[in-house]
Amino acid sequence: MTKNLNLTLHVWRQKNAQCDGKFVEYPAADISPEMSFLEMLDVVNEGLIRKGEDPITFDHDCREGICGACGMVVNGRAHGPKERTTACQLHMRSFKDGESITIEPWRAEAFPIVRDLMVDRGALDRIIAVGGFISVPTGSPQDANALPIPKEKAELSMDAAACIGCGACVAACPNASAMLFLSAKVSHLGLLPQGQPERYTRVRDMVAQMDAEQFGTCTNHGECESACPKGIKMENIARMNRDFMKASLTYRPATFGGGGAG
Amino acid sequence: MELNSHIPDGPLEQKWSKHQFDLKLVNPSNKRKYKVIVVGSGLAGGAAAASLAELGYEVECYCYQDSPRRAHSIAAQGGINAAKNFQNDGDSVRRLFYDTVKGGDFRAREANVHRLAEVSNNIIDQCVGQGVPFAREYGGLLDNRSFGGAQVSRTFYARGQTGQQLLIGAYQALERQIGLGKVKMFSRHEMLELIVVDGVAKGIVTRDMVTGEIKSHLADAVCLGTGGYGNVFYLSTNAKGCSGTAIRRAYKQGAAFANPCFTQIHPTCIPVTGDHQSKLTLMSESLRNDGRIWVPKRKEDCGKPASQIAEEDRDYYLERKYPSYGNLAPRDISSRAAKQACDEGRGIGGTGRGVYLDFEDAIKRLGQNKIEERYGNLFEMYERITDENPYKVPMRIYPASHYTMGGLWVDYNLMSNIPGLFVLGEANFSDHGANRLGASALMQGLADGYFVLPYTIGGYLATVKPEARSKADDPAVKAVEQTVTDRLHKLLSINGKQTPTHFHRELGKVMWEYSGMGRNEAGLKKALEMIPLIREEFWNNLRIPGTGEELNQSLELAGRVADFLELGELLVLDALHRRESCGAHFREEWQTEEGEAVRDDENFCHVAAWEYQGDGKAPVRHTEQLSFESLHLATRNYK
Amino acid sequence: MSVAEQSIAGAEARGHGFLASSVGRKIIMALTGIILFGFVTVHMIGNTQAYLGAEPFNHYAEFLKTMVHGAGIWIFRAVLLTAVGLHTWAALSLTLDNRAARRVGYRAQENVASTWASRTMRWSGVILAVFIVYHLMHLTIGNVHPAFDHANPYANFVKGFQVPAAAGFYIVAQFCLGLHMWHGVWSCTQTLGLAHPRYDSLRRSFATGLTILVVGVNISYPIAVLTGFIR
Repeated sequence: MTKNLNLTLHVWRQKNAQCDGKFVEYPAADISPEMSFLEMLDVVNEGLIRKGEDPITFDHDCREGICGACGMVVNGRAHGPKERTTACQLHMRSFKDGESITIEPWRAEAFPIVRDLMVDRGALDRIIAVGGFISVPTGSPQDANALPIPKEKAELSMDAAACIGCGACVAACPNASAMLFLSAKVSHLGLLPQGQPERYTRVRDMVAQMDAEQFGTCTNHGECESACPKGIKMENIARMNRDFMKASLTYRPATFGGGGAG
Repeated sequence: MELNSHIPDGPLEQKWSKHQFDLKLVNPSNKRKYKVIVVGSGLAGGAAAASLAELGYEVECYCYQDSPRRAHSIAAQGGINAAKNFQNDGDSVRRLFYDTVKGGDFRAREANVHRLAEVSNNIIDQCVGQGVPFAREYGGLLDNRSFGGAQVSRTFYARGQTGQQLLIGAYQALERQIGLGKVKMFSRHEMLELIVVDGVAKGIVTRDMVTGEIKSHLADAVCLGTGGYGNVFYLSTNAKGCSGTAIRRAYKQGAAFANPCFTQIHPTCIPVTGDHQSKLTLMSESLRNDGRIWVPKRKEDCGKPASQIAEEDRDYYLERKYPSYGNLAPRDISSRAAKQACDEGRGIGGTGRGVYLDFEDAIKRLGQNKIEERYGNLFEMYERITDENPYKVPMRIYPASHYTMGGLWVDYNLMSNIPGLFVLGEANFSDHGANRLGASALMQGLADGYFVLPYTIGGYLATVKPEARSKADDPAVKAVEQTVTDRLHKLLSINGKQTPTHFHRELGKVMWEYSGMGRNEAGLKKALEMIPLIREEFWNNLRIPGTGEELNQSLELAGRVADFLELGELLVLDALHRRESCGAHFREEWQTEEGEAVRDDENFCHVAAWEYQGDGKAPVRHTEQLSFESLHLATRNYK
Repeated sequence: MSVAEQSIAGAEARGHGFLASSVGRKIIMALTGIILFGFVTVHMIGNTQAYLGAEPFNHYAEFLKTMVHGAGIWIFRAVLLTAVGLHTWAALSLTLDNRAARRVGYRAQENVASTWASRTMRWSGVILAVFIVYHLMHLTIGNVHPAFDHANPYANFVKGFQVPAAAGFYIVAQFCLGLHMWHGVWSCTQTLGLAHPRYDSLRRSFATGLTILVVGVNISYPIAVLTGFIR
């Protein structure tokens, strides 16, 4: 059995979106290396509650790396030091006894802080709402096997569809850009035959919404790719840029009456 | 209480199509006058909200997460069943129906399950249309794999993330409707009460989790797709936020709660490492295809590394007890066998609650590459969590609470006994009987949301007038709202010493010990004594810092724990009264000499539906007799 | 904003043009970048004639001035000026957007994938802009040159670099050019969507190779003059 850890946490505390925040220091004593990072915070929080102090607020749900709810910048890295690992699957054995850990929320104007480490990522939902879908009302599709899809295409699409919408790409990007998130959706749907009818309106509408949400722009640093817990590749951004160019060059205002998405 | 299942007449195969025709319709131009509330945004809720909005109803959707995309359906790994028969291996609607009823140990309604099997094919079509990237063969057509409890390959999958991909499909359909203004989405809103006026469901009371605002929302129908109550065991594979609050509130307002004791324990989860453990992670059941499960024969060997235990000192107990099924014995059976081995003191790992799942032989036989190809991502996940390399040392696994077959009672239309209250997916009790087969939960959630509720709700709405909707200033509505505020105030003013998690953990220990994998009368009675004590301590010694008018995660949790403390008792009570072993419900008194479950069809071939009678009063147990016209009651045998 | 009232702000912005969109401006940046890198490369190749001596070099300069009846150089200048203008505008507006996208920064931020070059694009760009102005005043207009002679570009070139401070600034500027090009060449292929796993390593090598060639040759001029190799 490895020895338990004693750590010092520097945690961003902020009561709500309107208040100013500050870093507060907390000791985290006798932490088992078997704990996940969030379980370590649970232990600290239990102690705070018993003392009658407000526990540290953070988003979390499935705690198995798939729901995308958790996310915090740990020692300067989105989701912490371990690659392809969400904060909930990060374990304390990745830290050394006596270490100081700085924990901050995702920082982006598009993600207003709700409380402490919890941010509002509604902007990502609104980007999906303008075009991140295939318009297929319930009951309308043809038989599932009527449309063969090359295995390679399906796999590439799945690679992009693995995005969990956690926002780590935005948090890690020096410009707070959401391009990796957008491009994952544009690629997921754009690589499939079902996604073709709306392929170009989709990318235009999603980019317009992204800009309206005050995300930054992509300068091809690649931080998003290395922070992504699901290994989404920057290749998707290139693919989205291609589609965007085509969408812009071939754009024509709708001439039919009503209902047009563009 | 009258429990009328409203199962249509006629031959089983024609019931659903006949019923679809018989259901009243709402005129397209009238649909927008009706407002429907959907609570939950998972496969059932999300699919329902999107589909109802497409039909033209005014929809409001509520979820406690920050985004509807995070509902716990997302964590399902394995796949989704459908009777497509793409593999030409003899599958059919009837076979899927049969396997599901048999897997549920004959404790589900024939008509419901048959409908589920019928619409299973539409689900796959729908999901492919939405862009779900299911696994494909080189020819570009859909691939299938086989799963427990079936002899055909009918499971469609998207790597180990099928739930995620299906949910994203539903989420995108939902977001599309939100973008079009047809669905109003309320995320970070928790439903804390159901509003029932004159016996009819009229709306819900929610707490805005950011501002703390308590508000009533009124509609012509309320649909709950709020998932199961597996977290009553504290440690489970459910998400931390999963709770029984919505269904528990509805139960308290008069909705019958059916078969609460039918809870599934999944055999292959990563074991607990200590008291700090907050949840358990599932390892896909598919691992048992190549892994061998064992514990040391002697207690003294338990502390040794696996490599130092000689072959003859290992007990491959599933292979020993069930030679024909071996390591592939069904979930309930392998879970109980693991518990038994650990109870005998032969469990491994730091806590002594674990068994080995060993791939040494498979690696020798097939080579590491083959194993990597089959299970690479799972091995990687295991290593990330445990820091042990399963290619070199055997995996350690232990059973954990996973799914709840029980839930609110609903009729064939998915409507509870409260008119206007519909219940979908895991939150209802309807299709899985006493045990759910792998890859069937996703099927049921989507069937309810896409293809059942959108029809049946029309049949109900056609009978009500939108003008009859309650108003927010209605005294009856205000009174319900007040009970919510009072309850929160009560929680906040206890000012004791212990955290909500402490009580949840205490409850979990009792539930797991006495009402987990094996249950007996003495244990259940003991639990019925212990739970009220924990509850009393909770209401006297709870501490919640902060106020109700702000984001307060301790308050949220305390409310859920309070409901679990009630639900847990109901579960135990139901388990005590069901004096038979069936499916996941194993009463130690009802077993054969070899330890197999003994069902009592004569006395318990029914649904037990509990009716709330008031705080501190024993609920009343009603029954709905199950009749099997198309299938014969048979005993499961996996020897 | 309350999540309950998810507003689709982009709906109004949806009609917005290519140049207003962030991706559109990035594409302008990439396209003008290609023009500028192309120019820098051709400029470098043309200047190698300095190693051939005064006559070929002056002859080359004369050719530049007189091609297409003297209009050629002005067409070039117009294109370059426009490219520089658009490139600067895009850079400026995107930088402002990026600043606005994160007003409060991190206490600790560890960079994992980004490079020093990628993070200093703005600064290397600004230094290059200053350098271009100086370079024009130095060797085209001649007003900061110690002994400028319109008729003898070769002499201007040699005498200009014999001033160590000027040569030093040229060398520093070439390092900035190197940083700018190394990230820029790769980055513009990404922005223009020219990415494919099969050719990805090629993109990096191309950016590195072109950068080393251009910077190496360009730096060799002041060094050659200072060491007396070119007289």
